[in-house]
Amino acid sequence: MDIITGTLSAAVSVQAAYFCLAAIGLNVQFGYAGLLNFGQAGFLAVGAYGFAVAVASFELPFFAAVAVGLGCTALLALLLGIPTLRLRADYLAIATIAAAEVIRLFFGATFREYFKGRDGVSGFTADFQSVNPFDSSVLGFRPGEFWVMVVGWTLVVLSSVFVWLLMRSPWGRIMKGIREDEDAVRSLGKNVYSYKMQALVLGGLIGALGGLVLALGQNSVQPDNFNADLTFIVYTMLILGGAARIFGPIFGAIVFWAALSFIGAVLTKLTRGDDPFIPSWLMTDNQVGSVRFMVVGLCLMALMIFRPQGVFGDRKEIALDAR
Amino acid sequence: MPAEQTDSILVADGIRRTFGGLTAVDVDHLEIPRHKITALIGPNGAGKTTLFNLLTGFDEPDAGSWTFNGQDVSGKAAYKVARLGMVRTFQLTKVLSKLTVLENMRLGPTGQRGERFWSAPFQFLWRGQEDANTERARELLARFKLDAKEQDYAGSLSGGQRKLLEMARALMVEPEMVMLDEPMAGVNPALKQSLLGHVKSLREDGMTVLFVEHDMDMVRDISDHVIVMAQGKVIAQGTPADVMGDQRVIDAYLGEHHDTDITQERATEETS
Repeated sequence: MDIITGTLSAAVSVQAAYFCLAAIGLNVQFGYAGLLNFGQAGFLAVGAYGFAVAVASFELPFFAAVAVGLGCTALLALLLGIPTLRLRADYLAIATIAAAEVIRLFFGATFREYFKGRDGVSGFTADFQSVNPFDSSVLGFRPGEFWVMVVGWTLVVLSSVFVWLLMRSPWGRIMKGIREDEDAVRSLGKNVYSYKMQALVLGGLIGALGGLVLALGQNSVQPDNFNADLTFIVYTMLILGGAARIFGPIFGAIVFWAALSFIGAVLTKLTRGDDPFIPSWLMTDNQVGSVRFMVVGLCLMALMIFRPQGVFGDRKEIALDAR
Repeated sequence: MPAEQTDSILVADGIRRTFGGLTAVDVDHLEIPRHKITALIGPNGAGKTTLFNLLTGFDEPDAGSWTFNGQDVSGKAAYKVARLGMVRTFQLTKVLSKLTVLENMRLGPTGQRGERFWSAPFQFLWRGQEDANTERARELLARFKLDAKEQDYAGSLSGGQRKLLEMARALMVEPEMVMLDEPMAGVNPALKQSLLGHVKSLREDGMTVLFVEHDMDMVRDISDHVIVMAQGKVIAQGTPADVMGDQRVIDAYLGEHHDTDITQERATEETS
């Protein structure tokens, strides 16, 4: 029974919410515009740190600090986009993956008076929690946590609606056109560079909202929250749900996170105790953390073989690539 | 045909483009007459596509300047050139596979309100314009016999249909000059005839057409003016009849087989 409740609470947890936002942002960049952003972790990091430092070190009010976080993220997107978006697609991939690592190391090792090294920044959520309307626990979640969940999932809904509105418009059509063949779009008189930049900034900003939710949920930000594998988990979620679909990233993030929690709980149950179901020479309970990723990996391989377009994808579209 | 007497839509001077040691294009002077169909011919590697790329802003020349409608467009970005009314297609057809045929068409018109970020989320701002564009797209699709395919993915079309779609999509931009890079390549003979008809109808609609082609029969049939390139240079220009009688052209391009049907020649090339 606690396996099921554990899985369900993972599905609606703060983590699932910020993964959702990161995946929605990546969906704008990769799913619709075809931009290979391999540094989504960096966008989350800058959003989270920008907000956290603005409150912790400069004592800015909440919304001003949010604006700082988003502003820094937009700046990062511009800095990455200006030199690379005129070049072939792979250069953006190289630049973003490198930038994300540089950002993580930068936060971990420099300006210790602001970023506090590897311990990270903490103690910046007092303003946010002071307007928390919940004063007792809801559905087993602590009030502070539940408040972050409410805000996080609201942001997920709002950004999804915004992306949906954009993608059904001629603006979204240009994005999909650029993904298919940017020279064709250019030949029709569209400023492809500007549109790619808009997609990079928008996707980065939605990702930064995810970083914000992460920061609020943990009440701290550490460099290790933004390892490169964060980006790849987000990619996995997006492809699992189906890229270039509105519900793709949301479904992917929730299911991936819930499945990870479920498999972890099951494996823990099977390996714990004096006489565990899985013999200890095969696997012990402190290996659960890694083995669950293996199981998830296997499931994803099966999915890619039998449903390469993701859960919400359209098989006909994938078939076109094979021509 | 003396250049001074014709009204030229495009005038180019001293265009040069080198790739390392290779001079791909070295054109001293070039004029494209308005409201005419001009064919750009020349053997493989003559620099025709490179010249296309340069003129439309898809490549940058080492030197040279050119004007379109009297306006200097040398070195302008490709999208700006297209907005001025000079729209091209590609030798390797570029349809947007995962967009439907209709969506491909709707991408064409410039100045769409719904293409701006801040007005895009609000459908009421761009719906009227979109409906008008859709109507025009349907008319063009009907003209190009693609109306039945409207909701299909462009990636599911045949090679010839893609050529048609690309041409129709270019027309959605409402260009003054259409530049077709080998519009007939890989198209079956029956479809070729209808494509020819479409190219001719563009002239009747008041557009200027510049196209690259290998098939001499076709060039003779539809073009008013022919420009011959070889090894990056323009070696002759004039009416089809003049050009085909020019000894330099025969030497450089047609070679000894110029009397035989080009398809036979291709067949012998393939077997050899």
